[in-house]
Amino acid sequence: MLQNSAHDTPGRRDVVSFRVAEQDFCIDIGVVREIRGWTPTTVLPHSQDYVKGVVNLRGSVVAVVDLSARLGFGPTEPSARHIIIIVMIGDQTIGLLADVVSDILTIDDTAMRQVPDIASEVARDFISKVVTFDDGRMLRKIDLARVLPELGVELA
Amino acid sequence: MSGLDELRISFFQECEDLLDSLGDGLREISDGDLGHDMETVHSVFRAVHSIKGGAGAFGLDGLVTFAHLFETVLDQMRCGSMEPTDGVMRTLLRAGDMLSDLVGCARDGREADGDRVTQMLAELDALADGADEDDDTPFEFVPTILSVAPMDDPVSNAGPEASDGPGPDAGIVVYRIDFKPRGALYGTGNEPLALLKALAQLGDLEIQADIAGIVPLTGFDEAEPHLAWGLRLATDATMEEILSVFEFVADLAEIDVDRMPRSDTAHLGPDLDDGISALKAPAQGVSHIKTPEGPLPPGPAAPTAPAEMAAILVDAQGGAETSRAGPAVLALAEESTLGNDPGGQAPQNSRKAKPATETTLAAAPATIRVNLDRVDRLINLIGELVIMEAMLSQAVETAGLASNSDVSNGLDGIKQLASGIQESVMAIRAQPLKPVFQRMHRIIREAADATGKQVRLVTTGDATEVDKTVIERLVDPLTHMIRNSVDHGLEDTATRIAAGKPETGTITLSAAHRSGRVIIEVSDDGGGINREKVREIAEARGLIPPGASLSLSEIDNLLFTPGFSSKEQVSALSGRGIGLDVVRREIQALGGRVTIQSAAGEGTTFTIALPLTLAVLEGMLVEFGGEMMVLPLSAILETLRPSSATIHSIGRTGRVVANRGELIPIIDLAEAFGIARPGDDTERDVLLLVECEAGRRAALAVDIIHDQRQVVIKSLEENYGAIPGISAATILGDGRIALIVDPEEIIVSAAPELPTPPLAANE
Repeated sequence: MLQNSAHDTPGRRDVVSFRVAEQDFCIDIGVVREIRGWTPTTVLPHSQDYVKGVVNLRGSVVAVVDLSARLGFGPTEPSARHIIIIVMIGDQTIGLLADVVSDILTIDDTAMRQVPDIASEVARDFISKVVTFDDGRMLRKIDLARVLPELGVELA
Repeated sequence: MSGLDELRISFFQECEDLLDSLGDGLREISDGDLGHDMETVHSVFRAVHSIKGGAGAFGLDGLVTFAHLFETVLDQMRCGSMEPTDGVMRTLLRAGDMLSDLVGCARDGREADGDRVTQMLAELDALADGADEDDDTPFEFVPTILSVAPMDDPVSNAGPEASDGPGPDAGIVVYRIDFKPRGALYGTGNEPLALLKALAQLGDLEIQADIAGIVPLTGFDEAEPHLAWGLRLATDATMEEILSVFEFVADLAEIDVDRMPRSDTAHLGPDLDDGISALKAPAQGVSHIKTPEGPLPPGPAAPTAPAEMAAILVDAQGGAETSRAGPAVLALAEESTLGNDPGGQAPQNSRKAKPATETTLAAAPATIRVNLDRVDRLINLIGELVIMEAMLSQAVETAGLASNSDVSNGLDGIKQLASGIQESVMAIRAQPLKPVFQRMHRIIREAADATGKQVRLVTTGDATEVDKTVIERLVDPLTHMIRNSVDHGLEDTATRIAAGKPETGTITLSAAHRSGRVIIEVSDDGGGINREKVREIAEARGLIPPGASLSLSEIDNLLFTPGFSSKEQVSALSGRGIGLDVVRREIQALGGRVTIQSAAGEGTTFTIALPLTLAVLEGMLVEFGGEMMVLPLSAILETLRPSSATIHSIGRTGRVVANRGELIPIIDLAEAFGIARPGDDTERDVLLLVECEAGRRAALAVDIIHDQRQVVIKSLEENYGAIPGISAATILGDGRIALIVDPEEIIVSAAPELPTPPLAANE
């Protein structure tokens, strides 16, 4: 850890952590554009069940993915307290529906662990690393590339 | 990007403008009778000249060579030694096409078609030789000199037109012109003699060299010009025409044009006459030094002219006077001129060079080139502004503020401003159809050459403005339609003569705004659609069942059916596998429609109706299954709320509606999109009758039709992907998103088995 702290940024990264279905997840802060409150979506026909629909983000049409449904926890019944994390992946702008944003954390790369071999579960496919903390909390890092690519492909 | 690259790009952009004005000018000359405007010839010449100059700067030798020969031929027309006969103009028009090809090749770094260029060069050469015997060294590019064909005595005598023109009382005005070139004028390769000759063509020109500025040889700076000219031009030309002679050198010389009062011009005081005749000596000196040499020797003559001329001028004055005597005489004359008319001579119309250029600019409004992306970004932002404003006003309403409160009033102001801004921004994107129409002239020429028919294209309404994207995407379908009209629409010459029509067929291309749409018509005066034949072919190709009863317009519409090509031999022109069906598809992709009218023996007219812009769609806001969606108005034939008696069920789920004797399948949009709530088995009975490309009809069932409105189109695919049956999205006044339905896809995907071939429905 001491060795790494000499090189500061390369070994460390900032993440945004948030809660979905009582579990803590995080994504790289670099892809996050903004976080906004829930607004009703317009349903997209023929879409996957985890696509909540589209919202108007200052003039562009942005699809919202229900992370809870996507990670296998079942669909969210969104309320005004839910939040949408707007992320940018490549040229695509996508909204992620989550329960609440908890924190912005700086995590050392060495703190990242491989996902333990647990029984196959949907969520595991989308979690690239886990981070544990001294207080017993655990952050699951989401692999956005796996969560989202099917949007365009399946529906094109 | 390096500076040179940028220059290159701007050169080619300029070339496009120049080629446009070249094409315009040439057409104007060939359309007009012989009394065409000399200014048109000048502008054509200038266009070619500027292209040549620019091409020279970039070392585009092929282009330079061609432009030079082209220019040589044009120059002969300019000085009247060549008449714009039909043959000449045809060659020139083709040369114009070739020039634009060469520019294109140079821009893309492609090789030009050497054979065609050589052939065209030979044709131009022949023209140049035929009309003029002196100038046949056209391949040598001499950047500094306009090639001037010899004229008898162009400077000191009147120009030929002016002297046989109307008498002095017929609008002849005398101008006094002071012309003092700066060093930069010579530095940029301009030649005062050429300007003087151009002036001489406008009327009766007297030239007085002002040699006052000449310094003794000891203090002589060869880089600085020392000569100026005082000119007196009696002409019926306008001030603008005179100034246009100096167009290229306006900022390279001090130019002062004054209109002399009539009384003064009719009779210059006797004392002044002497002065002037005394001064005529040097003036004639000028003309005689240069003109007897005929075509100017290429090379150094022009740049060194000031020095040489000064020296020779002294001789011309008889050698009696020293170079210092000249200024004295002239200064004296200057004084006497002024003294002669203390008040009246005060220039009424005096214009310095600078205002002059402003005048020329006023004729053609100033423009700037802006990257299209910037305009689009602006349009997007404005679109958002409008939406935000709508959201805000809704918020104000929900907040329960009085409608006369300050907030509401301010909001109303913003609303007006926003819609004003939106309109102006849309206007930026709107471009006249002219460039597209201009390209069609060439298509016509080529098509006419290929078919051996004589064709004339008449365009009207080319100032009609349409969204730029529409314009770009209009070129292909229009090209095809024009070719189609030449190839299929017009009869061959023999048939035309037999039918008592003029040999030359006419194709009319017109555009106009009509009720929020742009209507473009392509009509020919050919034989009209041979419906018997169309029918035969359609039956032979299995497009319609034999003996099907079809109305005339249904037969006409067969032309748009995929797989229909009426030409028996596949010609090089149309019939390349692209049919009118492709045209129809492309126009429909633009949100437009194509229709066809034909009268036997009189011709055929294709009418394209297009939306003004692609960014905005005229649509109907409908609601079904709790969702709002927009249906493009262009697809909707009619809306109906039929009585239950006219709706029949077929099978377990299928429903049809009987409408004017036609059975139309009903598609429930909520079901088609899979958004019907479970247990919702309402039979929606608000129907929107739509027709798709293949002529298939369907009635789309919805819960409510809200209203008809213009919506701003937002892409779905950018952030999500394509959805079957949905073409795009839009944002409603409350900030929510509504999807735009693609009826075409709905019909095809919701009921692929619909058995309605386009025209059998009436059986």
